[in-house]
Amino acid sequence: MKFWIGAGVVVAAAIGLALSPVNEYFFYASYVVLTAVVLATAWNILGGYAGYVNFGPPAFFGVGAYAAVVIFRWLALPLGAQIAVAALMGGLLGFGVGLLTLRLRGIFFAIATVAVIFIMETLMINWRYVGGATGLQLLRPEVMAPFASYTRMLFVVMAVMAVAAVSIARYVQDSWIGRGLRAVRDNEEAAEASGVPTLKLKLFACTISGGLMGAAGAPMPMYLSFIEPASTFNLSYTIAALGSAIIGGMSHWAGPIIGALLLGSLQQIVTVTISSEVNVLIVGVLLVLFVVAAPEGILGLFRRFRGRK
Amino acid sequence: MRGSRRKVLKAGAALAAASALPGKAFAQAGPVKIGMSMPQTGSLGAGGQAALVALRLWVDDVNQRGGLLNRKVELIAYDDQTNPANVPGIYTKLLDVDKVDLLIAPYGTVPTAPIMPMVKQRNLLLMGNFSFQVNAKVQHDMWFNNSPWNDASSWSDGFVKAGQEAGAKSIAFLAADQEFAQNLANGARELSKKANIKSVYDQNYPPTTTDFSSLIRGIRAARPDMVFVMSYPNDSVAIIRAVNEIGVGSSVQVFGGGMVGLQFTPIMTSLGSLLNGVLNYNSYVPGMKYPGIEDFLSRYAKRATDAKVDPLGFYLPPFNYAIGQMLEQAVNATKSLEHRRLAEYLRKNEMKTVVGPIRYDKMGEWANPRVVQAQFRGVADKDTEQFRQAGKQVVIYPEEYKTGNVITPFEKARSAK
Amino acid sequence: MIFSFDLLFEAVLFGVLLGCFYAAVSIGLSVSFGLLDVPHVAHPAIMILGSYCTYIVSGWGLDPILSGVVLMPAFFVLGVLIYRFYYETFERRGTEAAVRGLAFFFGLAFIIEVGLILAFGVDQRTVQAPYIGSSLALGDYRIPYRMLVAFGVALVLTAALTVYLSKTFTGRAIKAVAQDEPALRLMGANPVRIKQWAFGIATGVSALAGAMLIIVGPVEPAMDRVYIGRTFCVVVLAGLGSMTGTLAAGLILGIAESIVLMMLGASWAPAVAFGLLLIVLGIRPQGLFGR
Repeated sequence: MKFWIGAGVVVAAAIGLALSPVNEYFFYASYVVLTAVVLATAWNILGGYAGYVNFGPPAFFGVGAYAAVVIFRWLALPLGAQIAVAALMGGLLGFGVGLLTLRLRGIFFAIATVAVIFIMETLMINWRYVGGATGLQLLRPEVMAPFASYTRMLFVVMAVMAVAAVSIARYVQDSWIGRGLRAVRDNEEAAEASGVPTLKLKLFACTISGGLMGAAGAPMPMYLSFIEPASTFNLSYTIAALGSAIIGGMSHWAGPIIGALLLGSLQQIVTVTISSEVNVLIVGVLLVLFVVAAPEGILGLFRRFRGRK
Repeated sequence: MRGSRRKVLKAGAALAAASALPGKAFAQAGPVKIGMSMPQTGSLGAGGQAALVALRLWVDDVNQRGGLLNRKVELIAYDDQTNPANVPGIYTKLLDVDKVDLLIAPYGTVPTAPIMPMVKQRNLLLMGNFSFQVNAKVQHDMWFNNSPWNDASSWSDGFVKAGQEAGAKSIAFLAADQEFAQNLANGARELSKKANIKSVYDQNYPPTTTDFSSLIRGIRAARPDMVFVMSYPNDSVAIIRAVNEIGVGSSVQVFGGGMVGLQFTPIMTSLGSLLNGVLNYNSYVPGMKYPGIEDFLSRYAKRATDAKVDPLGFYLPPFNYAIGQMLEQAVNATKSLEHRRLAEYLRKNEMKTVVGPIRYDKMGEWANPRVVQAQFRGVADKDTEQFRQAGKQVVIYPEEYKTGNVITPFEKARSAK
Repeated sequence: MIFSFDLLFEAVLFGVLLGCFYAAVSIGLSVSFGLLDVPHVAHPAIMILGSYCTYIVSGWGLDPILSGVVLMPAFFVLGVLIYRFYYETFERRGTEAAVRGLAFFFGLAFIIEVGLILAFGVDQRTVQAPYIGSSLALGDYRIPYRMLVAFGVALVLTAALTVYLSKTFTGRAIKAVAQDEPALRLMGANPVRIKQWAFGIATGVSALAGAMLIIVGPVEPAMDRVYIGRTFCVVVLAGLGSMTGTLAAGLILGIAESIVLMMLGASWAPAVAFGLLLIVLGIRPQGLFGR
């Protein structure tokens, strides 16, 4: 119950902020941070719970973005429909990739997910309808009242999506699915032997993960009023998702939120004050630091600290 | 981005110092901020750096004259690295964090394309900077592009005519898959069809392509009479090197047309004799007479040498200086910074600049295009100063600037003096 | 699309040269990932680092290939250090740590890439040499000398490494440690030191691979991403641990890419390696010559 009250507070706060006279740039930057929350939470369902490191968030994110573009150009449907279709396409891709690769062990799965990114990018490069390598300029529809700008509305949409993603992750974590995934992570062979349907569980996690990442990608074309393959399928989304989850803590749904909020905000501040390269450098360094010294993430450090008392 | 940050801080300090001095009559209303992103690294980097020097020269000139509306002018320029993905974020920051008063577009079509919807939807005036047809889809009514072309025909007419005069009946198109090259390619295809020239090869390549040997082989096998290339500096250099490495075949009469980057001094110097025979577009070659250009070029040269940037400054710098001049005339005439009023002025009036008089059409492009097609001849390696002489780029179109006839076929032109 | 047997022949010829080049840049990974099981996704990034180091050294006047050779000892040391760190932090601690090992190398790749951007900018870099920019004319065909040089170096490198692994004592120990670590331990050899040596060799080889890369074409920091596909495709297609397999797999990839380039155009070529990789993983994950 506490969770749902908290969720409600978050959504209300988001709406309140969007209606207040806070500087426009805050919403522009926060949208990116909220996207990172969704991506990290989605990544963690497969990566943290089941232990399968997915390097492919850009593939699912990109599929979602391009699905939204197609729906927008072809059928002129509103954002809600774009998100739904994007989630569907992301889920389908997740299912397909899972079917093809989840039987492979650790690094092969990871490399296969990198391959999916480049293949999806190449497909989009060769599809003139969505702009090919040139890209596509997009004129947003008029702003929906009561929000003063489209970016503010997207901010609220993304906040709601983040809450939804976390709810799903929480459900998976606390249910028998989560228990099964943890069994897979701890010792897949033993889990198989004791009757856990490992492949089905992994496929489920991969599909949900892909669907959420696809949904996160859907508002991006409207956010930028522009889409092109190179930046949409950029590996920096991988490091954002993976980094946030590892830094925050992979074992609990709160970890990716903490990681994404901290990392995302740090990235935005550094980009505005120093440069966008230094921000990627910082993420890389933090990732390596945590992986080496604090594998349980911030949550783990927190638990250790409380345990000592 | 680092360098510009320091420059902004320096400018701020200078402003503080200046407002403490008597004699400089700047109003206390704060500076007029002009914001832009300029590709200073990446494919367009060499050109962008030179352009920025010219813009800063204008800022200093206008501040010496008392600034705009009695307020000091401050230029805030970030580096977008020729990456279109960086541009929306930069312009959002310029508008919402730096709170600039006026906007200039980045140099080049590819970095400019992403922000066209944004400026249209936020109702902002945007001064275009050497883009090609970037407003065609969005159709923003407060867009004024400073470049010597307007549509595809203004660009390719000279090239196609040169080929026809040599009896060309077939053409090969090689175009990068990006906004500039695709815009130009679409236009060029139409024009060659109308001129009854048959397309025997037509390939797009991803902008990240670095090895062109396979594509050049394909072109050679098609035995075209003309090869129209539409490329950005990185690819232009790679294509020229590939042509010199494996050859494009004896059938080709004219080669080039739309290769960006072969006008940047550092690239011309580094390619040297590899350029010979190429017939390509340009905006200015020595010998063309625009009022005030010689004076501008000598003042620019001093600044550029200090900044260790292109000392000749033929291609972009005069046009970037002219953007500043146009803004100055519009602001002084309307006595305001309101985008709508400035746009009205720019639309209706002819403005005097170092690249001659400029008048705009309905689409925000030059009403009277002035693209030259010139052929490189007798270029030597590793010599920047040689390009100051007329004759290294022989203008073959248009008539009023013509200095010679095109030499065909391409292979012969490569060894001509 | 123009099709002719002439073009096809030229494409296959170019593909053979390209394929040997791909084999040479993947051979380091064949050792580090194929034999040592290290999830070394940072291998292409280290190779790009080698390219930039070659750029600097050859800027002092040395021929690029020689620059690459000169850099090999330094990269050997780098490899030993990286492996040592990886072993102490991850491999010692069991399977859950393997996931973190992947994340570590991924982070390392990013750090190298961004470090190069901060040091050199995003502009492309090239090197000069007498054999870059001209080609060998065989009748109607033109073969760029830079490809021939890369081809030559690749063959020498592959041959040298194969001979080393099968004929020298340390080489055989490296292969042994891949196949049967406990047995090796029983024989008194220290597997960690052997693996460390092997990883050092793999990294040293990457320096030369980087030199070849910048000879064949311009490099920029983000190139490591597409090379993840090419190198892993070659290594997986070859089958883990097979050196001659690496050459064969490289040739297959090179020819496939060259033919796709000729028939479908430059916009499909980058996906060939990744597509081939997925196919191999799906159908025959142990590769052609796998153990």
